[in-house]
This record gives sequence, C-alpha cells and structure tokens, in this order.
Amino acid sequence: MAAIYSLYIINKSGGLIFYKDYGSAGRMDTNDSLRLASLWHSMHAISQQLSPVPSCSGIELLQADTFDLHCFQSLTGTKFFVVCEPGTLHTEALLKHVYELYTDFVLKNPFYEMEMPIRCELFDISLALAVQKDRVALLGR
Amino acid sequence: MQFFGGSEISPSPPVPTAAGNNAHMLYVFNRNGVCLLYREWNRPLKTLSPQQDHKLMFGLLFSLKSLTAKMDPTSADKGNLGVPQLPGQGCSFHSFRTNTYKLSFMESPSGIKIILVTHPRTGDLRESLKYIYNLYVEYVVKNPLYSPGNPIRGSFRCFISSCTLIHWC
Repeated sequence: MAAIYSLYIINKSGGLIFYKDYGSAGRMDTNDSLRLASLWHSMHAISQQLSPVPSCSGIELLQADTFDLHCFQSLTGTKFFVVCEPGTLHTEALLKHVYELYTDFVLKNPFYEMEMPIRCELFDISLALAVQKDRVALLGR
Repeated sequence: MQFFGGSEISPSPPVPTAAGNNAHMLYVFNRNGVCLLYREWNRPLKTLSPQQDHKLMFGLLFSLKSLTAKMDPTSADKGNLGVPQLPGQGCSFHSFRTNTYKLSFMESPSGIKIILVTHPRTGDLRESLKYIYNLYVEYVVKNPLYSPGNPIRGSFRCFISSCTLIHWC
C-alpha cells in the first residue's frame, strides 16, 4: 500500500501541468483533476488573504479525515502537492526533491514550453524512481 | 468524523498547552453562512471589512470541503465538484496550516461550523472545538430567548466570556 496517493504540479496561473496517481481508489479523470487543481490554486491564494499576521505564503499542509495534502510553492509560483496517507513523514523533502527533478528534466529540456503540460519521459522515469525509493522511507520500514 | 463518540454531555475543558495566548481569532457560522460569533484576540493584519472577511472565510471553507470530498483517495464513488455536501457526507478536512497560522475547523451534524485560527505550531484542536460546541449548545441553543440564525449578541455574556477563556489554547 502506497503512502503517497497522487502528485500534482500546477503552473503559476493555476493550470495543471502534471498529474500522477499512485494507486488510490479515487483515481480521477482529466477534467476532474484539472478542476481540482484550479480550485486548489484559488484556495491557496485566498488563505493568504485571511492570515492574521503579515507575509503568509499559503497553505502548506491540509489535514482531512482520510488523507493529508502537502503543498510546496516554489519562488516562481509553481506549486507541487501530494495527497498522502495521514501522518506520512518527510513529504517536504520529497516535494523539494520533485522540484529538483522538475528543474533538471523539465525546465532544462529545450523542447519543453513553459506552463504547458509536462511530457518528458526522463522526468517520469526519475520521478518513479524517487517515489519508489521514498516509499520505503515514508512507510517507516 | 466521529462526532457522537463521547459519553458525557459536557466534557471538561481540554488540557491547556504550555504556552498560552496562541489563539488569533474564533468564528462560528451556521449552515446558511451567517456569522453567529466572531472574536479576535490578536490580529495585527486586517485586509478586509468584517462582512467581506466573514464571507471570504465561509466561502473558503465551503470550497475546501468540496475539494476534500472530491479528492478523497479512499472512496471511488464521489459526487460532482461544486455540489453542496451535507454535514458528515464525504471526507471533510479538520485543519490546515500555513507558515503564519493554523486553522482548525469543525462542523456539527446540524451545520454549525466552528473555526479557530491559532499559531502554526498548535497541536490537534478537535477536542477544544468540541468543547466550544458544547458551550454553544448549553448557553445559546438552550436559551429560550435566542432565535436561531441570529448573531450571538452581548446578552449571551456567559457564552462569550467562556470563549474568552479559550485564548489559552
């Protein structure tokens, strides 16, 4: 059983550019995942406005009954978020690692157009390796 | 979410954490979005008027509930996004955290939503929120002079003063 259920990457305008499901019963079709990603982008922005204290950078962790959602926003506004089991550890490190893979295999790819959906094979392969490697660490075994 | 788990009608207050004075704001909404109570103890940054702030908060919670119900990875059959969810239907979130605050949320089966905005390092506040709900039931709902759907005014001093004790959490 995977500790991570799915991974999303959103560009700075809120459009979904990458979605990967790692074996959840709630697998979604394309339209639903697009809508959810845009909804998350808006909620992230609204949560900054509701902060009682200045300089809020948006939701980092959302805890629900059956899952946790960890979000990492890069300095350029690209958001990486994972849906995982409640209480999963080290997701921040995983998200930062995914960000590194994104910069290495997607941004440095000369054929990749900015803000477009990601279709880079090397990114998929290295991401699968990273999640597989972390699956053991995340499950704590 | 397990709501009717305990056996006592009025549970004792939850144990205070080490550092007091962590709470920033408290909101209580009913199912129609009317803000029944708003208390603030520490809010240096106010960007919107109170009415807009309440509407934004209610809207954020409504949309987040819709998002969590749809994003639930353990259930295969989910409704469409944007369809209003009944309290208790579908997966609901209980808290979210940013770098500057943590928001804890609880919805009763009757649609009363209690929100507490605190310091980001606060632990799980579900017991505290249940306690606040029990205070609401005892002091407000059981008061024959209170009509449901109206904001909780100053005449309900007991409830409001009990809530001000919450700032230790």
